[in-house]
Amino acid sequence: MAETLLDKVWRLHTVRELPSGQTQLFIGLHLIHEVTSPQAFLMLRELGLKVRFPNRTFATIDHIVPTDSQARPFADWLAEQMTVALVKNCQDFGITLFDLGSGRQGIVHVIGPELGLTQPGMTIACGDSHTSTHGAFGALAFGIGTSQVRDVLATQCLAMSKPKLRRIVVEGTLPRGVYAKDVILAIIRRLGVKGGVGYAYEYAGSTIVAMTMEERMTLCNMTIEGGARIGYVNPDRTTFEYLRGRPFAPQGEAFERAVQWWQQIASDPGATYDDEVHFDAATLQPMVTWGITPGQSVGVTEPIPEPEEVPEAERAAYWEALDFMSFRPGQRLIGTPIDVAFIGSCTNSRLSDLRVAAEIVRGRKVARGVRALVVPGSEAVARAAEAEGLHEIFQDAGFEWRKPGCSMCLGMNPDRLRGREICASSSNRNFKGRQGSPTGRTLLMSPAMVAAAAIAGHVVDVREVLR
Amino acid sequence: MTSAIIREITGRGIPLPGDDIDTDRIIPGRFLRCVTFEGLEAHVFADDRQQNPDHPFNQEKYLGASLLIVGRNFGCGSSREHAPQALMRWGIRGIIGESFAEIFFANCTAIGVPCVTVSAEDARWLREVVAAHPEMELRLNLEAMTVHAGDRQLAAHMPEGARRQFLEGTWNSTFVLLEAGEAIERTAAQLPYVTGF
Repeated sequence: MAETLLDKVWRLHTVRELPSGQTQLFIGLHLIHEVTSPQAFLMLRELGLKVRFPNRTFATIDHIVPTDSQARPFADWLAEQMTVALVKNCQDFGITLFDLGSGRQGIVHVIGPELGLTQPGMTIACGDSHTSTHGAFGALAFGIGTSQVRDVLATQCLAMSKPKLRRIVVEGTLPRGVYAKDVILAIIRRLGVKGGVGYAYEYAGSTIVAMTMEERMTLCNMTIEGGARIGYVNPDRTTFEYLRGRPFAPQGEAFERAVQWWQQIASDPGATYDDEVHFDAATLQPMVTWGITPGQSVGVTEPIPEPEEVPEAERAAYWEALDFMSFRPGQRLIGTPIDVAFIGSCTNSRLSDLRVAAEIVRGRKVARGVRALVVPGSEAVARAAEAEGLHEIFQDAGFEWRKPGCSMCLGMNPDRLRGREICASSSNRNFKGRQGSPTGRTLLMSPAMVAAAAIAGHVVDVREVLR
Repeated sequence: MTSAIIREITGRGIPLPGDDIDTDRIIPGRFLRCVTFEGLEAHVFADDRQQNPDHPFNQEKYLGASLLIVGRNFGCGSSREHAPQALMRWGIRGIIGESFAEIFFANCTAIGVPCVTVSAEDARWLREVVAAHPEMELRLNLEAMTVHAGDRQLAAHMPEGARRQFLEGTWNSTFVLLEAGEAIERTAAQLPYVTGF
């Protein structure tokens, strides 16, 4: 019988059916960081348990690291304390840590793929909702909370219920100036921020097949913003070529054997899905959010919806969003002044993102009064970008070139909005207060759109800049 | 070893207006700079409470409430368990709402806080009636899957797997998972990426 990747990977990782009716699922790769792991290690110590498979957990530090000076001890005593705890826990339990300055540190969802840890056919868990990113490789990857981090450390397993599967088919060529970020924002706008609850998403179609791995990561990254915990792309030649030669990928003949297995993992032709939706890439335009959920977005030339266009059940949230953002029904976002431009986060901080943005800022200057920063996703991304001179292009334009970390995506480190600032951001969440100021406002968009807004000082249609 | 069996939660309610309330709002990111969950209750909805003096978590009449009544897609966004931990440490023992985000639901289950859904109409009614009668005792029963409020009984829903975890006292899953014993290693040994292709 034809099976989907979800069926196959779920079956291969099933340890047993639990009395509750859930599945005990083996977790092939566990990634941890400083924010959601210390309490899990504490619970483990209290229970007197060891880490069951220490070689299947890898750690890095990303959320709380400052991005200006990373000299220890950090100025923020709490951040320092969290870092000390992570280092000690990794030492005590025999877990590999990619520490600051190791050359391998970075945002957990950037380094997993670039080190070749993330591979097709795996189950991958991390105490971070954007773990869906790793689905780009044809893995079942999902975010978990701290008690579940404890479960994985203690047993390398989780108690899970198998989700339903929705196939999202995107066909056609993306217009110039429209990127993977715009595709996922358009998907979330149509299906809603809770449309994916209970589902995993399989992304398919010619647009997805033509995407690079970094584009697929951006796409899968924001799956959780649409309510689905898991989003994946079937592994193909693009996946295998990306992995070839990476430090933790199989080497030599083992790599060829791995490719054979990875090919078998992909969904079979004729497999059935619980639901299927279609998108036409040619009709998409650069997207910008106007509200306080990632589903509240419009194409950059479109007006914010009028209240009567919004389903009645969503109208209270609509007014709450407009009130918080100080926008009006029917308003167009082009021309909206920005205070801050942020290029970074696990969504859009990889080399290809920085190249696209650098191409737009090259030879131009950041508008007066705009605070602009680029935070590369990892030490490896920073090295590669600097080797190409991208940092100089950004710095010449007036951007700050920072060190890797999660930074202003969630404002756990000193990189935060101030007061009611408006930020053009390549990150993933426009929630109230998300970027570190309780009243700060976020406009989500692609890195190209952020770069163009930084130069203009207000929201622009990047297609005009590229013309 | 098991966790406590949870069949029924009784207590007063606290109604929270709004849909799509994300975990950044339940506990803003700056309060995640910690290595334990202790004291998080002091910061639950910190920014919303600051901006809205009438926020339910600012109102004395709801102090001591144990059942939180919410709308649609409650707990979306970040996987931070700090959010349910902050609610639980504030005193919340169960959550009744129109719908829940998946990771939030799983995190609540893992710490013994059942989240049940009721119809949109019932969720609205329950929020109104609790706001009007904060002293009213509510009763969430996981065996019958009902919510009692005054003389009304509402139908509640929850995925069967999670419901059984509460009724069997297995919501703290570590020990259940450990019971698989060597079957874990046997599963691992059949995965080519574990054995090295």
